[in-house]
Amino acid sequence: METILEVRQLRKVFHEGSWEDLLAVDDVSFTVGAGEKVAIIGESGSGKTTVAKLVTRLLDVTAGQIFLDGVEITNARGKELKQAYQKMQMVFQSPIDSFDPRCTLGDGIGESLRNHGYTKGEAKTETARLLALCGLSPDLGDCYPYEVSGGQCQRAAIARALAIKPQLLILDEATSALDVTVQAEILTLLNHLQQELSMSYLFICHDIALVQDFCDRVLVMHNGRIVEEGTADAVIRHPQMEYTQMLIDSVL
Amino acid sequence: MSEISVRVPQIRRDRLKRKLYFFSTVAGLLIVAAFFSEYLCPYDPYEQNMSLAKAAPSAEHLLGTDRYGRDMFSRVIAGSFTSIFSTLALVGFITGFGTIIGIFCAWMGKWVDTVLMRLADMFLAFPGLVFALAVAAVLGGGVHNAIFALAAISWPKYARLARSQTLAQQELPYMQAVRMAGSSSLKIIGKHVLPNIAGPILVTAMLDIGTMMIELAGLSFLGLGAKPPIPEWGSMMSDTRNLLATQPWVTLAPGVAIFLSVMIFNLLGDTVRDWLDPKNRR
Repeated sequence: METILEVRQLRKVFHEGSWEDLLAVDDVSFTVGAGEKVAIIGESGSGKTTVAKLVTRLLDVTAGQIFLDGVEITNARGKELKQAYQKMQMVFQSPIDSFDPRCTLGDGIGESLRNHGYTKGEAKTETARLLALCGLSPDLGDCYPYEVSGGQCQRAAIARALAIKPQLLILDEATSALDVTVQAEILTLLNHLQQELSMSYLFICHDIALVQDFCDRVLVMHNGRIVEEGTADAVIRHPQMEYTQMLIDSVL
Repeated sequence: MSEISVRVPQIRRDRLKRKLYFFSTVAGLLIVAAFFSEYLCPYDPYEQNMSLAKAAPSAEHLLGTDRYGRDMFSRVIAGSFTSIFSTLALVGFITGFGTIIGIFCAWMGKWVDTVLMRLADMFLAFPGLVFALAVAAVLGGGVHNAIFALAAISWPKYARLARSQTLAQQELPYMQAVRMAGSSSLKIIGKHVLPNIAGPILVTAMLDIGTMMIELAGLSFLGLGAKPPIPEWGSMMSDTRNLLATQPWVTLAPGVAIFLSVMIFNLLGDTVRDWLDPKNRR
């Protein structure tokens, strides 16, 4: 299988050099293959979200390397980064806060398109198509984020992430802010989209039950390190580490 | 019951809306009148007529005349142009300049932020009007120099406000989303940061119009603003202050003009602040 994302010995220290420095991520290496669905699980504070932000370059890396589709993006800036964002996009935890309160959802989705060479008219048509693809009425594009429900907003956020046809979608606790039925709908949508667009998913999550249904491979993080790795079934049925067992037990 | 609880904020909002319309109309009229003040004067504000000097208010000269026999009513009206437009220019300039510096600092961070903000602190550390006096004294009198002197001490307030507001915006999750959408910094600032921070900055600017008008008049009163014979409310009060005991109306007229204009702009500022207050939404 072709590799879309490769992370080597990633390390992140917050407030480096000060007396309150904090090692958030240490020696994290993993790969995500094309079309693969990989989950990172762990309790809060284990460094999952930091990994997501490092991979998307929203945070600067302290040490280590990140390769996206064979290109190193560890220190990418400006144009390089814009190119990287064409291949990877992210869906954030709180759907409503991930849109500018002064712009409509349609504007938010359209902004991505306009930045990548679409004309105003083309962007409008494409926005309507994306909204429909994510199971929303195109009229919702004229709504402001606080006017719609969390589930609708998250669908719009997925539409925005899909706008420039990324190969890798990073979902940072994308369903945690939603209630259970909406969560199931969003996961169905993501499954459906994956079959249609053959993307890879990096799924950051603390809900093991979700991961078992949804992902091919699981990485378990604890205190900034990956402590266990394997197929979803193997990790959940026969966990090797006590910590993983604890995570699994906590669900039941 | 539910009807009542829904209607009360609505009524309050309607009342606020009426207030907003009223004060913006009055302020608008004042600005328009100041702009066309030349044509509104019943007499030439510069024409001296010694035979009429120090006349008391009458039907012909509503506010009397000064010691050169110039019609005070015309001079107060003509003075509005300098007083109001130099204030608006000053507030516009410091708002724009301060906001740009503030956003720039927040955006660049690191040493750019440190250097510019310490510079702003330096300007804030000077006692305001004394510094303005010094600047105006070094550069000489004149409205332009008075504006420059006050701008030099007033921009840091806006820079700090814009900086803190921008920093707060940068922490919000949507910032990461727009960055991942591939927008350039300039586009993010123009399309997302500015509209989101404009509210508090605008309110501060509106409330500052009154303060700045008083400070400009103060500088003029001290002889560092508009040069005679140009009519300007501050310098008119200064020119006529030795007539205060005998003909108080000559000094009071520009004073009342300052008071009324400052009040109108302050009330408008207050109303705009209430209007933009999130508690008044919905």
